[in-house]
Amino acid sequence: MRITCPHCGARDAQEFTYLGAADPQRPDGMAATEAAMVDYVYLRDNPAGPHRELWYHGAGCHAWLVVTRDTRTHAIASVEPAKARKAGAAA
Amino acid sequence: MRYSAFSLLAQAFRGHKGWTPAWREPEPKADYDVVIIGGGGHGLATAHYLASRHDITNVAVLEKGYLGSGNVGRNTTIIRSNYLLPGNTPFYELSMKLWEGLEQDLNYNAMVSQRGVINLYHSDGQRDAFARRGNAMRLAGVDSELLGREQVRAMLPFLDYDNARFPIQGGLLQRRGGTARHDAVAWGYARAADSRGVDLIQNCEVTGITIVNGRAVGVETSRGPIRAKKIAMAVAGNSSRVAAMAGLRLPIESHVLQAFVSEGLKPLIDTVVTFGAGHFYISQSDKGGLVFGGDIDGYNSYAQRGNLPVIEDVMEAGMGLWPGLGRVRMLRHWGGIMDMSMDGSPIIDFTPVEGLYLNSGWCYGGFKATPASGFCFAHLIATGAPHPVASAYRLDRFATGHLIDEKGAGAQPNLH
Amino acid sequence: MSGQPFRLTSGGLIDRGRTLDFSFDGKSYQGHAGDTLASALLANGVRLVGRSFKYHRPRGVLSAGPEEPNALVELRTGARREPNTRATVVELFDGLEAASQNRWPSLAFDLLSLNGLVSPALVAGFYYKTFMWPAAFWEKLYEPLIRRAAGLGRAAGAEDPDHYEKAFAFCDVLVIGGGPAGLAAALAAGRSGARVILCDEDFRLGGRLLAEKREIDGKPASEWLAATLAELASLPDVRIMPRTTIFGLYDHGIYGAVERVSDHLPEPAPHQPRQRGWRIYAKRAILAAGALERPIVFSGNDAPGVMLAGAARTYVNRYGALPGRETVLFTAGDDGWATARDIASAGGQVAAIVDSRPEADAGRKALADKLGARLFAGGAVEGTSGGRQLDGVTIREASGATASVACDLLAVSNGWNPTLHLTSHQNDKPVWDDGLHCFVPGSLPAGLSVAGSAAGRFTLAQALEDGARLGREAAADAGLTPAGAGPVPATDPETNGLQPVWRVKGAKGKAFVDYQNDVTDKDVELAAREGFRPVEHLKRYTTLGMATDQGKTSNLAGLAVVAEQTGRTIPQTGTTTFRPPYTPVAIGALAGHHRGKDFRLTRLAPTHDWSREQGAVFVESGQWLRAQYYPKPGENDWLTTVNREVLAVRSGVGICDVSTLGKIDIQGTDAAEFLERVYINGWKALPVGKARYGLMLREDGFVMDDGTTSRLGESHFLMTTTTANAGKVMQHLEFCHQVLWPELDVRLVSVSEQWAQASIAGPKARETLRGVVDSAHDISNEAFPYLAVREITVGGGIPARLFRISFSGELAYELAVPADYGDAMMRALMRAGAPFGITPYGTEALGVMRVEKGHVAGNELSGQTTARDLGLGKVMSSKKDYIGRLMAGRPALIEKDRPSFVGFKPVDPAQRLRAGAHFIGIGKATVMENDEGYMTSVAYSPHLKHWMGLGLIKGGAARIGERVRAYDPVRNGDIVVEICSPVFVDPEGARLHG
Repeated sequence: MRITCPHCGARDAQEFTYLGAADPQRPDGMAATEAAMVDYVYLRDNPAGPHRELWYHGAGCHAWLVVTRDTRTHAIASVEPAKARKAGAAA
Repeated sequence: MRYSAFSLLAQAFRGHKGWTPAWREPEPKADYDVVIIGGGGHGLATAHYLASRHDITNVAVLEKGYLGSGNVGRNTTIIRSNYLLPGNTPFYELSMKLWEGLEQDLNYNAMVSQRGVINLYHSDGQRDAFARRGNAMRLAGVDSELLGREQVRAMLPFLDYDNARFPIQGGLLQRRGGTARHDAVAWGYARAADSRGVDLIQNCEVTGITIVNGRAVGVETSRGPIRAKKIAMAVAGNSSRVAAMAGLRLPIESHVLQAFVSEGLKPLIDTVVTFGAGHFYISQSDKGGLVFGGDIDGYNSYAQRGNLPVIEDVMEAGMGLWPGLGRVRMLRHWGGIMDMSMDGSPIIDFTPVEGLYLNSGWCYGGFKATPASGFCFAHLIATGAPHPVASAYRLDRFATGHLIDEKGAGAQPNLH
Repeated sequence: MSGQPFRLTSGGLIDRGRTLDFSFDGKSYQGHAGDTLASALLANGVRLVGRSFKYHRPRGVLSAGPEEPNALVELRTGARREPNTRATVVELFDGLEAASQNRWPSLAFDLLSLNGLVSPALVAGFYYKTFMWPAAFWEKLYEPLIRRAAGLGRAAGAEDPDHYEKAFAFCDVLVIGGGPAGLAAALAAGRSGARVILCDEDFRLGGRLLAEKREIDGKPASEWLAATLAELASLPDVRIMPRTTIFGLYDHGIYGAVERVSDHLPEPAPHQPRQRGWRIYAKRAILAAGALERPIVFSGNDAPGVMLAGAARTYVNRYGALPGRETVLFTAGDDGWATARDIASAGGQVAAIVDSRPEADAGRKALADKLGARLFAGGAVEGTSGGRQLDGVTIREASGATASVACDLLAVSNGWNPTLHLTSHQNDKPVWDDGLHCFVPGSLPAGLSVAGSAAGRFTLAQALEDGARLGREAAADAGLTPAGAGPVPATDPETNGLQPVWRVKGAKGKAFVDYQNDVTDKDVELAAREGFRPVEHLKRYTTLGMATDQGKTSNLAGLAVVAEQTGRTIPQTGTTTFRPPYTPVAIGALAGHHRGKDFRLTRLAPTHDWSREQGAVFVESGQWLRAQYYPKPGENDWLTTVNREVLAVRSGVGICDVSTLGKIDIQGTDAAEFLERVYINGWKALPVGKARYGLMLREDGFVMDDGTTSRLGESHFLMTTTTANAGKVMQHLEFCHQVLWPELDVRLVSVSEQWAQASIAGPKARETLRGVVDSAHDISNEAFPYLAVREITVGGGIPARLFRISFSGELAYELAVPADYGDAMMRALMRAGAPFGITPYGTEALGVMRVEKGHVAGNELSGQTTARDLGLGKVMSSKKDYIGRLMAGRPALIEKDRPSFVGFKPVDPAQRLRAGAHFIGIGKATVMENDEGYMTSVAYSPHLKHWMGLGLIKGGAARIGERVRAYDPVRNGDIVVEICSPVFVDPEGARLHG
């Protein structure tokens, strides 16, 4: 696979480390519940189809990226910095 | 018809015209006591044990493709029970005992070969970790031996002992471990289940699970609706997709694991070897092909194929372990889809939906577990209580913290 | 050339001026440059080349290419021996040695051919039905026998003396196949300015043009070929790679290739690899891999002398070798006729032409007459005679009568299958074409197009047209302006009528579907009878298509037999799909140079040279090599050395490299807040100039890593991690920062490799340091107490960082200097410490002292332990949220009887402890239910003069003083130990503050 890093350009996926689903949001703060945290840490949609997922460009710019990739074909629809996504979500 | 040397010879004289199909191809009935979703190794084994141990024969196994088309036919055929944690070891040991009697139980030769499984260690720390595991196995009644470097060299003289980046210091050996002919396991269970009246229905894809008042009462399939008193999922690789039909989210990701076979060679290696300094395991099949594999590709996938980085990584580990492999040619590689669970261990349990049972999360250890998985899943379905050796495989362990994390890798499926 | 009785006196692309000596099964032969091993054997009249897998039937050369199922040999000898090598693709070289395989005692007389006699019982799947009784016999008798019969060739076993490399290439257009379609495509793309790579598995470019007598633009095709190759060579961005097989298509346009750099040489040239594994990244690719001819299933179709018609033509036209003197052609279409024509024009006799189609047109009749061949229109070959060498065939005439014709070559032509393998590597399925009677590419992987025969467009005109068109299209897709479309060259007329014959039924004897695996039509029928009808079942049950050729010549025939038996069409029965690799690939080529010491990179500390000079023994610590201990002359075992090093530290001073620890520089106004969230303990109150122990959890509540983190400024921290987890922690912190809390003002950078760091430990540590620290810096106990941190200078202005931290429990410091000064630092410290007997110590002594002090390390941070398990529960802050807080509170993680951290000492001080031993209550049975925990770490304390251990046991500290068994059956250990405090030396910590 190749991932087009927004900072570094198209690179072999070997330069990146995969983490998993990008959508679960950590329940931050002292008010967070254990149940919500169990959901965040353990439960996954694991779809067969488009999947928003986190990759880390460890052999490049060290950016965490949100990659939208189809798990049936591995085709990649988009790549964006995770940092930008969070900022966008807050706005 | 019964298989034996006698029946084979008798048929030889008749041009093998008298063999009958190994299993029927029935039309699905409207109603079953138990519907098992998934005609792979675990589903078929579950059907066999329901019929043979619990006398429950009004059972259908629904398979979207052909029988054994999932991971039972896509693995590296290793069987072993060399586990560390008390939640695992007795379960895999039950599996090993069932392997040891499988031919007689099924009247089918799945070519179980107890040629030994050896895990190599390369540092003092690894040695002590293997000692911990070997001792845990002994406490659970499982055979294990901790070998030093020279003992390993005597068994496996062709490995790299003198110029290795990570020198081999020894290994943990389970002599009763080995291999089995993977397809034959599926076929043997299928034939045995069919002979007791279980309907094996191929090309029947489940498209929905019908839930009435919180209870699963049937499935929608590509061949029409089928009602059932109990519905059992054994669809590793696709567990999340099927569970979603019942509104469930699972602690599972689907990942691709590649496997490899070389061209057929005259016998070279008569045990199963795993490399401790890289992800690599290898054995030789009865046909002569070296069968080997490594780590999962590491990203969610349902594509049943992988990519070059892991292929190269596996070959590098092969050469790092055994530099005589250089001119041996890799003949074929393929990918299977693994249910990678969040602690690396499986789930055999009820679900929050009444009447719906779950068997999933096998990571890449599902093949060796096939007999015990079927045995314990059948027990759960038939008796309504978990089998004692599978009682740790609960779905709620992620909430309670009773994890079974052999590697200590935490809640990240691709690290298990 | 008298030694090559079947060599033509002229013609072909071999160099008769260059004679090459080679041997087969010990007998010497000669061939020519340009030969393959197969063509040279045929030229020498060698027909019997191998034995089949199961029945050990004699086999010859079937094909002239990579699909060869029969002519497999062991090539070369000794450590370079390569089993199962297809003679049809081995380029002949001087001194080549080959041997037949899977026979004993000899190829001509093979005792295991007796398997053929019991073959009625050895049908598909027979082993699943038998060997079950008595149960014990399987393991002891049957299975070993089966395993002994396994395989065809013998691998060398010894270490491969050649080396391999990996290479990477990027291009606009990758062209796969150098036949007419591929060359036309490369030309069109190249003329458009595209960066083009053209790969062909053959050693000579041209594909079928090399094997056919064709005309392009009214001239021999060889002229077009030469002109095209010359133009391609003149284009600077076109790279031609012969001897290079594209074996796989992977995601996003990445192609796996293997280049056989030296396989045509006796040995690789100096500094050249044997093979090179490539990853080729292509924006677009054109598959122009041609097609593979199909055999026909009939009784005795495996006799040496039965050959694919196209291959026979290849041997005549390209290699100048006559594959037989007396030929019978069995063809189902027009294409086979070219073989009869070419053989005759080369001087061979064509005894008969059997064309299965009922009517022969006038042209064909005339050609048969001209060749002097009997024509059997509507006939079929139903049997062969001759064991190790074909000597005749039985023909069933259209009338039903049979005729026998003597011959030594039976050329079989049944149409061609597109070489579409790569199109199915991404799970796309080929589709059946009723008009062409073959599978053709269906949906295609992104970026791939298919030209010529590979697309089922079998004529030369189509190949040239496809190539030119798709080459331009690919260039345009890659962002270039395609060159103008010139006229497609004209070709001589050709027809390709075909009515395939899958199987000739009726005759006795074995009719093979899969040659190499000895799968007969009867086996296929049996499988279908037993319900193994899905194509995957069929393959798995019969082993059809599982041999080294991967079904290139057999898959379709297998489908056809099942289709016939079940009354369905071929496409209803199944599809032939292909997994990578296209042809088998040497493991060495995929591993490259990663073997031996180069299997993985080796990381060396900046102080490595110094350690080596000190006589260090090194140990692998992940990728690092670290000094394990420093033996002195006369010290005969490691324990003596380690004891000396430990005592030297505790009584004087020692130095140890700790550069491999992870170091992460953290800056920003929210740096303290960030640490609050990633560590379980508090950081905001840490004063500038102070260090603190930190422990971090994974989000699931288990311990991830620990280390010391220092506050260098209000907004500036330096975190250290364990050596093993340096990368993992960095990635985790980046995750926390970028994904979880991008709003925090914090920046992170790994500085692990920027700083060399040494631990200076022992009562004389301060005095030693005074010899290197610039005098402006006061490092007295008062000015620089325990846990002080300061940026200082050493050696006259060299920037450095000094930390007063201790792993050994002694008065100790860690001194960090820029990595390039690491070596100088060690030498300066040695000089400064000389008066105090400074002693280098390694990871073993470090480990002993940390066990003496009861510090947790890698063995305890197993990923399965909680902070509470390790006795660090009190460090967990209850006032803030941090990673892992909630999950660490789950019921199972706070259960009272979780094994927790304590020390252990042997009741008999002479007894040795072992890590990995499990704890069992005294008098209790050694069963899992009584397992109370295990020993995580052990060491011998030269201070206490007995072994000590750390471990996790149920009840933990509450049981101090109690005795249990340390049960270690895998090492025959079973001793009684006493549970004690994990701090064995200086429990008050007095030394630390000295």
